[in-house]
Amino acid sequence: MALSEKDVQYVVKLARLEVTDQEVAKYTQQLANILEYVEQLNKLDTSNVEPLTHPLDVKNVFRADELRPCLTQAEVLSNAPEPQSGHFKVPKIM
Amino acid sequence: MEYEPVIGLEVHCELKTKTKLFCGCPTTFGNEANTQVCPICLGLPGTLPVMNAKAVEFAVKIGHALNCAISKYSKMDRKNYYYPDLPKAYQISQYDKPLNYAGYLEVPLKEGMKRIGITRAHLEEDAGKLVHAGGKAGRLDSSDYSLADYNRGGIPLVEIVSEPDIRSADEAYAYLTELKNILLYIDVSDCNMEEGSLRCDANVSVRPKGTEKFGTKAEIKNMNSFRFAKQAIEYEIKRQVALLEKGERVVQESRLWDVTENKTKPMRSKEEAHDYRYFPEPDLVPIVLSEDYVKKLKGQLPELPGAKRARFASKYGLTPYDAGVLTSEQELAQWFEEGAKHTKNPKGLANWIMGDMAAKMKEQEKELKDLKFDQKKLCELVDLIDAGTINSKQAKEVFAEMFDAGVSPAEVVKSRDMAQVSDPKAIEGAVDKVLAENPSVVADYKGGKQGVIGFLVGKVMQASQGKANPKLVNEILKKKLDS
Repeated sequence: MALSEKDVQYVVKLARLEVTDQEVAKYTQQLANILEYVEQLNKLDTSNVEPLTHPLDVKNVFRADELRPCLTQAEVLSNAPEPQSGHFKVPKIM
Repeated sequence: MEYEPVIGLEVHCELKTKTKLFCGCPTTFGNEANTQVCPICLGLPGTLPVMNAKAVEFAVKIGHALNCAISKYSKMDRKNYYYPDLPKAYQISQYDKPLNYAGYLEVPLKEGMKRIGITRAHLEEDAGKLVHAGGKAGRLDSSDYSLADYNRGGIPLVEIVSEPDIRSADEAYAYLTELKNILLYIDVSDCNMEEGSLRCDANVSVRPKGTEKFGTKAEIKNMNSFRFAKQAIEYEIKRQVALLEKGERVVQESRLWDVTENKTKPMRSKEEAHDYRYFPEPDLVPIVLSEDYVKKLKGQLPELPGAKRARFASKYGLTPYDAGVLTSEQELAQWFEEGAKHTKNPKGLANWIMGDMAAKMKEQEKELKDLKFDQKKLCELVDLIDAGTINSKQAKEVFAEMFDAGVSPAEVVKSRDMAQVSDPKAIEGAVDKVLAENPSVVADYKGGKQGVIGFLVGKVMQASQGKANPKLVNEILKKKLDS
């Protein structure tokens, strides 16, 4: 699968990154190399292998439905650049 | 050309756990903004989510109640998108291994029962709440900024996705009503639409009747009551049919139901197409459910509305409609069923519950728990009518007094000396007197004008101050006149 600059630009946009055209060219090459390397796995026949969804052999880590202390509103908003009436103020969405 | 609507519904149901899906913050509605949050639901670096066991339990119960297959192996996934209601920039949801899948719901329609497929019912976390401010207040497209409150962020949700099996706005309404009823019966959500604990989106398309291929669909959002959902779907069907009739195309898009204008309007779409880049959530381990666990939860389900409806109809001789009304709320069904033990005429009891009792409760804004009388007293009234002690007109008066003061119907009948006279001898006396006083009417009757008997019945009833048993009066009059 050949990775195009257009693919990279699409991912850059989805991830809200700011990347120059030069960097796009560079990353396209680097990412293509990575994908090519990983692609070797496709040589293996995995038709009888269950997909692995978690690297650890652990399951069912649950907690009881019990209340735990929350942060105070002041603590919650202490990193917010512009709190307003107990809320996080965020820029215009659309 | 005739068109057929094709509708699928997505319902988001907030579970009534005490705490959020992955942390111990409370799920209480309506508290001050950002006071029910912690580093986990705020997505602060270095925190780890831990699954709430109760949420899994509730979700599996929903799966059972919707006749789903329950996954023995299930996992959580990240759904990635940037929106300020998601502090982590991803929502923890389920992608390819939902907890519940391939179920169905039997929905009562006028034409009978209809089976609507359930594609899946999966577990996920709710997003926070945004208030769009500045500009035209409350309107996203003209606001200058938004205010984020994360109290709701992380509350457990089950998203229930139906198959595109629904064919009209009425069917959609019936499906939603039945689904809500089931969720209330199994006690996993308070289903309060005003508080957003039940929310609904609809995928609507139309196609020429008789064809198989789906038309282009629009997704309608923001329908925060079943009534609005019905109106929005009706509107959307008409809009799409009108487009096709003009030879135009339906555009695939999200639309909002505008309550003030009574129409759906296109939402300004986010810049890029939806590409959520789902991947398995590395912070949470798989959910592997044992046969025993799944079975145990199935055993905990109460009798569901559909089964109760069918049982009420057969056991108590009720019509499907009546059984539907009585089972529409669990408390009402219980109230009726407890009452049915005290009378030989459950159908009569049902009629009083759905008739005068429901009317008075509505008029006085009362609930079952506010009633001043119990089932035994209402049954007493039903039995008094059945025994012919009082007639239906008197019964209404007795009912009103029982409703207002909680007194026993038998006492009312006694204290007001209402008991219907069913003693043939006493009635015969009154009949003879009326016949003697009205010779011309008697002559009319004998001359073939049989309709005048009504007048004579009225006279006898009057003479008995309304207490004579009208059926007996009629019989005795006829007997005497025809002899």
